[in-house]
Amino acid sequence: MEYIIIIISAIFVNNIVLAQFLGICPFVGVSNKISTSLGMGGAVLFVMTLATIVTWLIQTYILSAFGIQFLQTIAFILVIAALVQMVEIILKKVSPGLYQALGVFLPLITTNCAVLGVAILTIQKDYNLMEGVVFAIANAGGFALAMWIFAGIREHLELMEVPPIMRGVPIALVVAGILALAFMGFTGIV
Amino acid sequence: MPLNELIKRTKRILEEIGMNKNLQTLTRGFLKENPVFVLLLGLCPTLGVTTSAINGLGMGLATTFVLVMANLVVSLIKNFIPDKVRIPSFIVIIASFVTIVELVMQGYAPALFEQLGLFIPLIVVNCIVLGRAEAFASKNTIGASLLDGLGMGLGFAFALTILGAVREFLGSGAIFSIKIIPGDLMLVFVLAPGAFIALAYLIAISKKINKTK
Repeated sequence: MEYIIIIISAIFVNNIVLAQFLGICPFVGVSNKISTSLGMGGAVLFVMTLATIVTWLIQTYILSAFGIQFLQTIAFILVIAALVQMVEIILKKVSPGLYQALGVFLPLITTNCAVLGVAILTIQKDYNLMEGVVFAIANAGGFALAMWIFAGIREHLELMEVPPIMRGVPIALVVAGILALAFMGFTGIV
Repeated sequence: MPLNELIKRTKRILEEIGMNKNLQTLTRGFLKENPVFVLLLGLCPTLGVTTSAINGLGMGLATTFVLVMANLVVSLIKNFIPDKVRIPSFIVIIASFVTIVELVMQGYAPALFEQLGLFIPLIVVNCIVLGRAEAFASKNTIGASLLDGLGMGLGFAFALTILGAVREFLGSGAIFSIKIIPGDLMLVFVLAPGAFIALAYLIAISKKINKTK
């Protein structure tokens, strides 16, 4: 039951992109096509889950154990940067197919604040490892869902006549605003 | 159109001031290369913290500090960093200054720290900071890098303050917590959807200003 609440809250109520404003750059940058947006969603799911596990272990067994929590920001970003590199190298060797699908998005993920954000949130919310994993997967799901809907709308938007000054990013942001308005309808269900 | 005339005249004055090269480095972050409105960098904190003008300003100044210090240190040690590990080294430098900001803010401005929350540690992954370190500070002199960091940072702070002021005014009829219109206006502007919509229109307006010659 606890897990279900975490999942619903992360995907719908506190959607990572539309309510918490994390990962806006890829949300606006690579959401022109449904296929690329799903690829990005998959890559984020992969890295976010791994990063949350590793940072949770580091926080619990190194930072908290030695009382050096103030190093959290430095430690986490280094771990995530190294992790992304490692995933890229391993994926290239072990599963070229998956690398083909996710590869181009991996370097972008280091500076995706959603990954670092979820890692820090997991610590702030005092989740245990299992809850942290569920939280990360649910947030990645929320990210992918938002990307997917947004890309779908943007594909249609290309055929519309938009006033020249609003073309491109401005109209996309207005669409995101309306989407956020729709997601606000979920407020209060958990 | 009087608005166009006004924009033209202001731009001419700005251009005259901008003849000085150092001043140009300092001022281009405001309009021509504004990190938020033109380059579209650092959108997460831009949308996340600008529920009020003061929050926007606080976040902007915190980022400015990190930008200036990171640019300074990167340009100081640019000749000692091997090319292959330069990005990780930049990240460590940036993260150290972010930690300083975190600790100082927690100690001296706990209310603001509470409001900005998660977005303070997330300055680390703000593309502007790493972007300027990589694109400018690692190739230029210390003085120029300092000015560039200051200019870009103040441009970012400027954008965040404007966005915060617009949202605060439309949402609650106040700017910097000073009530201008009694009662609540459109509360949605303080909430998530308003952030996207307000930023959309501000980007469109800045496009218009930059186009008018």
